[in-house]
Amino acid sequence: MVTSSTHPARLLVIDDNKVNRMVLSRNLEQLGHTVETAEDGDEGLEKIRTQSFDLVLLDIEMPRMSGYQVLEACLNDVDLRQIPIIMTSAMEEIDAVVKCVELGAEDYLNKPVNPVMLRARVNASLEKKRLRDEQRKLFRTFATTEVAEELLRTGFSLGGKHVTASVMFADIRSFTSIAESQDPSDTIELLNDYFGIMFDCITENKGSVNQMVGDGLMALFGAPMYFEEHREYAVRAGLQMLEQLKIFNIKQAAQNKTQIHIGIGIASGEMIAGYTGTQTRAIYTCIGDAVNLAARIESHTKVVLRPLLIDNYTRTGLTGDYRLEDFGPAMFKGKQQAINIFAVSR
Amino acid sequence: MSKINLSTFNDLKESTGADFIGELVDAFLDDAPTLIAQMRSALAKKDVEGFRRAAHSMKSNAATFGAMELSALAKELETLARENNLEVGNRVDIIEAEFQTVKQELEGLK
Repeated sequence: MVTSSTHPARLLVIDDNKVNRMVLSRNLEQLGHTVETAEDGDEGLEKIRTQSFDLVLLDIEMPRMSGYQVLEACLNDVDLRQIPIIMTSAMEEIDAVVKCVELGAEDYLNKPVNPVMLRARVNASLEKKRLRDEQRKLFRTFATTEVAEELLRTGFSLGGKHVTASVMFADIRSFTSIAESQDPSDTIELLNDYFGIMFDCITENKGSVNQMVGDGLMALFGAPMYFEEHREYAVRAGLQMLEQLKIFNIKQAAQNKTQIHIGIGIASGEMIAGYTGTQTRAIYTCIGDAVNLAARIESHTKVVLRPLLIDNYTRTGLTGDYRLEDFGPAMFKGKQQAINIFAVSR
Repeated sequence: MSKINLSTFNDLKESTGADFIGELVDAFLDDAPTLIAQMRSALAKKDVEGFRRAAHSMKSNAATFGAMELSALAKELETLARENNLEVGNRVDIIEAEFQTVKQELEGLK
């Protein structure tokens, strides 16, 4: 009798009692799943670490390493904590069960297991895991990996906090005339190619693109996950973007296609970062002087005819060997004081 | 009077597959004498934890096959051990006798 309402999954049964192992694994196999077993906590944890499972059934009461310890080890491991764990225990071990569920176990089952209950709990856990995996995938498509992980870890809430980070704005020069001169589908294709290259350069340098408007993009370095070298990485990303674009343009020229030139502005400092919007539609963004400044500096690339400009605070955070061209103080709209601007190249 | 709750036993048989029940019963019948021996040696060594574990496994396995009386007897011993009490009198003998009856019946059912 094979009755399974979910897709076949790979399960691990950890129990020191042979009869329990046999009953559980056989029941689960009858439901269409593939089952691996482990005789104690150590062996179980080793298998969890070295193989991939959709669900673990874990006995609480075991000699040496208890189920509680195995659960704790899994929950403290970033790679393992996504695996749902169902605790199996005798009816009277209710205190231990409560402890495990409070710690983060997915569910529990009393032994001897009732086959109907086993099927229901296992299917529910697998279904929940499938939804979580899908949600994770979706988050990764529409948000950066960092933002997705933070959302999954802390849950979603509007509201901000102070962060120190670097902000980058990048824009395509005279994109309007490019768009007007060619077929709309060619324009979209060009934009997709362009964004693909830019995203790679930014992601490789620990940045995250958090906004795209038309042909422009805004990227953050050091938020939501803070790292000390955010200024260095932002500049590295900028230079890499210019180099990759150069290669892209050579290819475009060879095919007689449109070439792209961009301006990049980077500014750093303290800002407020968080989710803005409504409960149903929100984006992670940053607000603050440095954000406005980065946008102004980006525009300034058209004035001084250099593709990558940074503010002085970003410059003081550089550790790499770059050529810096001092453009001296410049006045920007909304700024009381003149700001020192530098062009960066290799 | 049957020592085995047949409804529990039949559920087990159905959910694990009829062809598997023999193997499963054998695993229990092989294991139980070891558990009883463990109880005796733990008693001799005043090893409360060892005694409790053996009683715990016996309770769990007996319940799996619907041997409710055997399970209840083992549970009493587990509870005593949990309270750090090894004054169990002749209860291990009673468990062993109960197991022999259960064994005969399970042999007939598998």
